[in-house]
This record gives sequence, structure tokens and C-alpha cells, in this order.
Amino acid sequence: MARIIVVTSGKGGVGKTTTSAAIAMGLAKKGHKTAVIDFDVGLRNLDLIMGCERRVVYDFVNVINGEASLNQALIRDKNCNLLYILPASQTRDKDALSQEGVGKILEELSKDFKYIVCDSPAGIEKGAHLAMYFADDAFVVTNPEVSSVRDSDRMLGILASKSRRAEQNEEPIKEYLLLSRYSPDRVKLGEMLSVDDVQEILSLHLLGVIPESKSVLNASNSGTPVILDEKSDAGQAYADIVARYLGEDKPHRFIDEKKGLFGKFFGSK
Amino acid sequence: MSLLDYFRISKAGTASLAKERLQILVAHERSSRNQPSYLPQLQKELLEVIRKYVNVEQDAISVNFEQDENQETLELNIVLPDYHARNT
Repeated sequence: MARIIVVTSGKGGVGKTTTSAAIAMGLAKKGHKTAVIDFDVGLRNLDLIMGCERRVVYDFVNVINGEASLNQALIRDKNCNLLYILPASQTRDKDALSQEGVGKILEELSKDFKYIVCDSPAGIEKGAHLAMYFADDAFVVTNPEVSSVRDSDRMLGILASKSRRAEQNEEPIKEYLLLSRYSPDRVKLGEMLSVDDVQEILSLHLLGVIPESKSVLNASNSGTPVILDEKSDAGQAYADIVARYLGEDKPHRFIDEKKGLFGKFFGSK
Repeated sequence: MSLLDYFRISKAGTASLAKERLQILVAHERSSRNQPSYLPQLQKELLEVIRKYVNVEQDAISVNFEQDENQETLELNIVLPDYHARNT
């Protein structure tokens, strides 16, 4: 059986797709066969972040409608042969996804894959609902900023009440906090909510802090998940997150300001 | 205190302000999240009935719904104005 992870946030632009791409790649790099699915029908972007936009032939909706098989639609990643991408449909409207259809696909994928990463669209509409409905684990991507924290809390309420696990009275979805676009310097100046503040408000288990980093834009420019940029702070942050998720004991990094020579040589700024 | 310090202190306020605002908002939204959907309507109708007899303010009624493992409690709190109550 596969473990289904939803990457969600409520708010748009906080780094869901960046995170989905990075952790899916990270899990695959660790030797686990992983599929990453774009649930953002009509506004797909995971293909672009993964750098496989020109290899999309069939998509998620084609498979649901029986117009293509799962194997035809899955794109094998060019960097890692244990990673597969299932792109969203760009042309259909968001009602093209059905709970039954999504359930069937996830069940079929579960037979063959160890991890299935569901990249949720922003908002709390159908696509976001279906992305989280079947999840076992939720990675809640949050920026240290008021609207993002509020929306994350709203999303937590939905995870706790509207998911399959909630409806069937099973053990609830495991929720993890991924705090992204973090600037320790600004936290020190009192300009930004600290990781402790956000944790105190959301009372979530912290899986990792991803610092604000130039490497994220560089990675998306070139269509390579940022985790492959092993020298970058964001890449290392995601590698830590994957390791922690898999049970490795990694102390948290990127919470304090960069200092001294190390920062000067390896810092992103 | 230099001008720079002044700016630093005024900025130091914004993150703590954000935290404070969020804590209040999130607590409020969480408590209303678990409430049954009929609650606002119930509150409105109760107010109408009570107003037939007592001249109370809009905010004189609070309806609280609480839930723990064993039971659900609906708590109704009406504050009567002590002067008007006797005269209406």
C-alpha cells in the first residue's frame, strides 16, 4: 500500500508546487517509487516545475475518463527513474475531477507506488478537496504571514472534518507544518512571525523550515526541483524534510540567521 | 536613542501584532468551525421571541455550542436590562 501525501495550504503562492516537486523527488531519490499528481485542473504547473512540460501527452482527466491508461499518462522523470508525474488537464474545467475517478486512480497507483504526492490547488474548492480527501499525511505549507497562517488553519479544519479518514472515523490525517519563505534576519528584527509563533498558533508538528531563497526561482526557471540543487539552502531544507518524514533524526536548520564565513560563502544572499 | 533604533522598535511591533491578531482570529474561527450550521438562525429567532416580552439589545444574547467527548452542550445566555425589565 502506498502512503498518500497531500501538499496543501489554502492560500495560493506559498510554495505548494515547489514543495510537491521537491519532496516527490526527495522520496524517489531515497529509493522509494513515487508518483506526484497535479490536482490543479485548468492551471497546471507541476509539469513546468518538474521540467516535463513538453512530454505531456495524456493527463489526469484523460485517465479518469478512460481515454488513456495510467501508464500512458504517467511521465517518468528525467532525473530519477523512480519518480513519475501525472499532469493535470489544462483544457478542462475543474469539475472534470470526480471523487470516484480520483479514488480509482489512487487505488491503482497504490499497488505499484510507495508514495503518492498530491499537489493541491489553492483554495478550498473541488480540486483542493479531492487532493486532500484520500490523504494519509498532509504537508501544510505556510508562509510566516497572517493570511497564509489563517488559511492554513482553515485547511486544518477541513482536513479534520471533510477527509475520507474523518468521514470513515479512521485515524486522522497526520498533519505536518512546512514553513516556507522564512527570513531569520527579518524575524530577528521583529518584522516577521517566528517559527515558534506560527507553531504556537497552528499547534502543528514542524517538519521543516524552508528559508527564502534565490535558488527556488533558479530551480523553477530551469525546470528542476530545487532539492536537486544540493548546495542551496532551500534544497538542503527540503532534503532534511524528506529525511525527517522518513524517520531520520535531523536537527532543524535555517531558523537562525546565517553568520560568519559560512554564511558569506554559502549563503543565498 | 538614534533614529535607527526608533525604526527598529516600531518595526519590532509588527510581528508581535501579527501574532496577537492571528491568535484572536484563529481562536474565534476555530470555535465557530465546530458549531452546527443552524446556530446563527437559532440565535436570531430566539432574539425575536425574547424581544416580544423584554426589550433587550442585539448583543444581549449569546449562544454557545460546546462539544467534548461525551456530550454536546448548548448554552444560552440572556442578559436582561435591570431597569427596562421591570418597566416593559
